[in-house]
Amino acid sequence: MNIIVIAKMVPDLVEELVVDPGGKGLDLDWIRWKPNEFDDHAIEQAILIKERQGAQVTVVIPNMDGAEDALYAAAAKGADRLVKLRGEFTGSANNHALARALGKYLPELQPDLLLTGVQAHNDLDGSLGPLLAEFMGLPYVGYVAGFNLQGGKAIVRKEHPGGVVAEMEISLPAVLGIQAAEQAPRYVAFSRIRQAMKTTAIEEHEIPHLDISGAAEVSLMKQVESGERAEMFAGDADHVADRIVAVLRELGIL
Amino acid sequence: MNRDIFVIIEHLGGEVADISYVMLAAAREIATALQGEVVGILLGEGIENLGQNLAADMVWLFDDPRLADYSPTTYLHILGELIQQHVPRTVIFGDTSTGAEVAAGLSARLDLPMVSACHRVTVGDQSLGYESRICGGRIQVQGELPSPTALIAMVPGGYNPDSGRSAAPPPSEMLAVPRLEEQPIHLLSYIQPETGDVDISRAEVLVAVGRGIQNQDNLEIVEELAEALGGDVCASRPVVDQGWLPVSRLVGKSGRRVRPKIYLALGISGAPEHVEAIGDSQVIVAVNTDPEAPIFNLAQFGTTSDLFDLVPVLTDHIRQARSERVA
Repeated sequence: MNIIVIAKMVPDLVEELVVDPGGKGLDLDWIRWKPNEFDDHAIEQAILIKERQGAQVTVVIPNMDGAEDALYAAAAKGADRLVKLRGEFTGSANNHALARALGKYLPELQPDLLLTGVQAHNDLDGSLGPLLAEFMGLPYVGYVAGFNLQGGKAIVRKEHPGGVVAEMEISLPAVLGIQAAEQAPRYVAFSRIRQAMKTTAIEEHEIPHLDISGAAEVSLMKQVESGERAEMFAGDADHVADRIVAVLRELGIL
Repeated sequence: MNRDIFVIIEHLGGEVADISYVMLAAAREIATALQGEVVGILLGEGIENLGQNLAADMVWLFDDPRLADYSPTTYLHILGELIQQHVPRTVIFGDTSTGAEVAAGLSARLDLPMVSACHRVTVGDQSLGYESRICGGRIQVQGELPSPTALIAMVPGGYNPDSGRSAAPPPSEMLAVPRLEEQPIHLLSYIQPETGDVDISRAEVLVAVGRGIQNQDNLEIVEELAEALGGDVCASRPVVDQGWLPVSRLVGKSGRRVRPKIYLALGISGAPEHVEAIGDSQVIVAVNTDPEAPIFNLAQFGTTSDLFDLVPVLTDHIRQARSERVA
């Protein structure tokens, strides 16, 4: 089975997000990029399938800061093939553009199964999975947290609101949006990542032009203005605890 | 130009989902300004009664045994044809486990612009605009929704769902399901959530933990606090994904909606997927060392104290308050 995982880098929300002077995008100088955590789950799910029944796992990432580190980390976890997409992916690039470009390239790799994170926190024009599926003419199921193969078909568990899970059967090839792998993404020691750097080559694929049509245009981007902010309790732990106890008393809980 | 607003009504287990009323409330505002009509669209089997309290000018029903269960490919096929045929000004989906993937699929299939995480729709003289929140609810993005048709995936919070409910049933019309070829996706079964020892959706006192708890061992101090309060422990997505707490304790988009008297949020940033499920709490108290965390926009009370310093002290104070009361 040939599994392709498509991953992306997203702004690290631990850092401050600053809007650029043009007011239509984030200031790239301030962004620290990190792998989208749902994509980490997609990589983990692919590795689990490989360990269970054998598969070749290819991880594809657009070239952004930190992309190579993310690829080597995937190799240390068990990915067989690493591909970096070369192109202008920061700035105005969107999921429509990435999906369209991948839709042209990925059929070359003859995938049986394509996995990607169900969403990224900076998605504004839909998530990558359903767009990619449509550009490739394949079925898509998102919010997947559980995967099995049976008679050449995928049996997946799709999460719905309220904790209801739908077990669905999908003909392959298909694209799945992973909400959570069956186990938390594994930790790999840096020594293993360093070893992967020596033993696994990163292939490069050029995306000469990104077609960003299909997303609604951005005319203004800004920090969310807080409406009524919480009343803040300051001071040492004793003082803050007293204030919270007062709230609990007022509610009749204490 | 067509001024009608289509709303794709979400339902599961014979009940209309709350987000549908939020979408109808948004559609009503747009339709009033554009002098168009709100059309609710329902797909399923035996769904006629589901349309009874929708605040729509018309409800179109695709009622067919083949639509008994949600299938993304079937929805894409039926809605794709319907949108092409009627060219509505905008189609509103829920930014949910079903609506988000159908909206994006249709955007690619029909070459129509789409926007996700839409919080509000703005109406100008001749134009429609969107307001979305991304990056964990920290960044607001605004722009135009191009004509003739734009697709929207909407999150709760921007409209009062009560405005999407109607006392009088709207007129409805049964539409013929177009020809469906063999579908690549089939539902096998629904698995209902295990509530385990507690049903957090009914709990009056909830102590919620997020990524800030750092590791499973640290849950102990949180469990002690919940015990002292007579409440239950619940969590945001990262904690459940790590396997530190079972999925029955998950609060958020794909977990439970909760409505406790008090929601004590410890180390939770307040990502939209979490926040949408706690809005009905009577009081939210948030503890997060990041003063910019979006949770403080929702909480009534907050502190930037380190939870590892605060929680043991708070537990002591609560125990003391209880023992004083008994004495």
